[in-house]
Amino acid sequence: MTENGVPADAAGGDVLVRVQGLKKYFPVQSTSAFRRSHEQVHAVDGVDLEVFRGETLGLVGETGCGKSTLARCIARLLDLSEGHVDFDGRDITNLSARQMRPLRREMQIIFQDPYGSLNPRRRVGSIIGDPFALHGVADGAERKRRVQEVMELVGLKPEHFNRFPAEFSGGQRQRIGVARALALRPKLIICDEPVSALDVSIQAQIINLLADLQSEFNLTYIFIAHDLSVVRHVSDRVAVMYLGKIVELAPVEDVYQVPRHPYSNALLSAVPMPDPNQKVDSHQIILSGDVPSPINPPSGCRFHPRCPKAQAKCSVDDPALIPVLGDPPGHVTACHFPVETGEVMESRPGVIAGEGAPAA
Amino acid sequence: MALLEVSDLHVSFPTPDGVVQAVRGLSFAVESGKTLGIVGESGSGKSVATQTIMGLTRGARVSGQAMFEGKDLLAMDQKALRSVRGDEVGMIFQDPLSSLHPYYRVGWQIVEMIRNNHKDISKAKAKQRAVELLGLVGIPQPDRRVDDFPHQFSGGMRQRAMIAMAMSLNPKLLIADEPTTALDVTVQAQVLQVMRRLQEEFGTAIILITHDLGVVAEVADDVVVMYAGSAMEKADRFEIFGASHHPYTEGLLQSLPAYGGVRERLHPIPGQPPSLINLPGGCPFHPRCPYVMDRCRVEEPPLFEVGGNPTHTSACWLTLDLVERTALRAKVVGEQLPTPSRP
Repeated sequence: MTENGVPADAAGGDVLVRVQGLKKYFPVQSTSAFRRSHEQVHAVDGVDLEVFRGETLGLVGETGCGKSTLARCIARLLDLSEGHVDFDGRDITNLSARQMRPLRREMQIIFQDPYGSLNPRRRVGSIIGDPFALHGVADGAERKRRVQEVMELVGLKPEHFNRFPAEFSGGQRQRIGVARALALRPKLIICDEPVSALDVSIQAQIINLLADLQSEFNLTYIFIAHDLSVVRHVSDRVAVMYLGKIVELAPVEDVYQVPRHPYSNALLSAVPMPDPNQKVDSHQIILSGDVPSPINPPSGCRFHPRCPKAQAKCSVDDPALIPVLGDPPGHVTACHFPVETGEVMESRPGVIAGEGAPAA
Repeated sequence: MALLEVSDLHVSFPTPDGVVQAVRGLSFAVESGKTLGIVGESGSGKSVATQTIMGLTRGARVSGQAMFEGKDLLAMDQKALRSVRGDEVGMIFQDPLSSLHPYYRVGWQIVEMIRNNHKDISKAKAKQRAVELLGLVGIPQPDRRVDDFPHQFSGGMRQRAMIAMAMSLNPKLLIADEPTTALDVTVQAQVLQVMRRLQEEFGTAIILITHDLGVVAEVADDVVVMYAGSAMEKADRFEIFGASHHPYTEGLLQSLPAYGGVRERLHPIPGQPPSLINLPGGCPFHPRCPYVMDRCRVEEPPLFEVGGNPTHTSACWLTLDLVERTALRAKVVGEQLPTPSRP
């Protein structure tokens, strides 16, 4: 995390990950044995993205918008349907599993569920030692020493080496997950909802830990979370996703203070503030309906059926992700009718929550 | 008089490892038309307390009183309690998928709820009422969707169907246990709006259990902060967020990433919540408290009135004058800040 929120070389210098035209479609299981289904879930549908070395890129959006799929495609845990991923200057799109293996040392993932992501029958020392074993980095006493070193780094007691995951609390388990990801000093860590399952007081401990580690080892984070205040706290830049596309991408304070896309505005206004003096109804834009199905995404701009500002053009033309309303080049928005600074956006008149288009 | 008045509620569960003291001497009251927020972290006893009141904790040792319109819910037999549940008190749970039966149509489940308590209502009438209710909570085309199965609803719609079911008999009290935790923020805003509207229309009292301080700040009139089975602080929401007294409340608020503020290190509460089998002596929060004094380790503080305000109480031995308390806080926090502590 850099001081002013924008990496010094954001202008195009040190790119660690470059994603171009990334698409990921999942086939839908056919309900009939005799008919081949040609339907596909458009989980990620054309994403261009650059992640700079040493920054934290926040990915936000509702359930099912494709943020985890995108991250998994970047880590090549999923094969891409279309597009390219460059990591550290090298095209990794079509590398085989064997070719990917040395690269796995450089990119790691921390998962959401600290209960499901640790094998309950293995001791913590051996879980954290896995990366060393798999990559043939260290053996025997040397491995143990390095595991204990990394345990200490994340705030676990090294003498708990021989304990089982069940003997740790949720926050400590998440520290185990962090230790495992950090073991081989990767360049990129993908944090997939790392604090969502934790209580607030513990959540703050993990967020501080991630920040400390980043400044110590110059890590790059892709940080996925649905808690927007957490994302604001940790990120340098934020990408807002909706139905498989990035609708807005900008330095964090730009997204939170002058959000341009109507969806970003609605999303941010829905966050309940821990401040009872905020008048609820005055600032909230309540979106009508639900997120449409990603099997048949709406034509044109995907947000148009729910957008309070939608006009005829929106259902035909898919807007490009470009700077709008005189924003600096780092702040891009995909919208034909972006929200002006100071503009008050209304919930669509006469529509109460849930009315309007039926859910798909 | 309050609609529901719980006093000195104790709930414990005998387990092979020892007795889990889930709730220890909890008292609170809810008035008609008001919302009481109960906040606390996992294991603070907030759900167990309300489930016990509704007779849903089997195998628990319970003592205390829960007076609902002059009747003690804890002393009722199962049959009498059954007529209270649903008819007078509705409940909404966290996970809307597992609280609806996947095999029955949504409308049927609402009809069953109505006919179970009012056998004289005809099936057709009950179904008509179900359609009406689904429309009320904002389900589009309720006359058609009433025949859908739960899996045909989205998460937000399921939770709204649960609210419709809980509201079907116009209960006087609605207990919502983490109603929006499983939902996205945009859907959460929709669901909270529905609950607010229903409250305005029918004057229902709501107990909202949550760990999300933002939700509490938005909808609760009064707030109870729970830790290790007892109330740490009780006040209206403006006092809790503006002039809290208890160090635990303060710790919770400080752990939140400042919304709109400058990005700085968060101030987590150090350590872990205590085991409910082996509670620390004295105040349960003392091992994690930055203000800890000798007295805290031996004697558990009762709820004291803060700043001469009878509606604001805090279970803490610290000075009760809010001005002095603020000065003390500034001193302790000032000492804490310069040293970023990594455990």
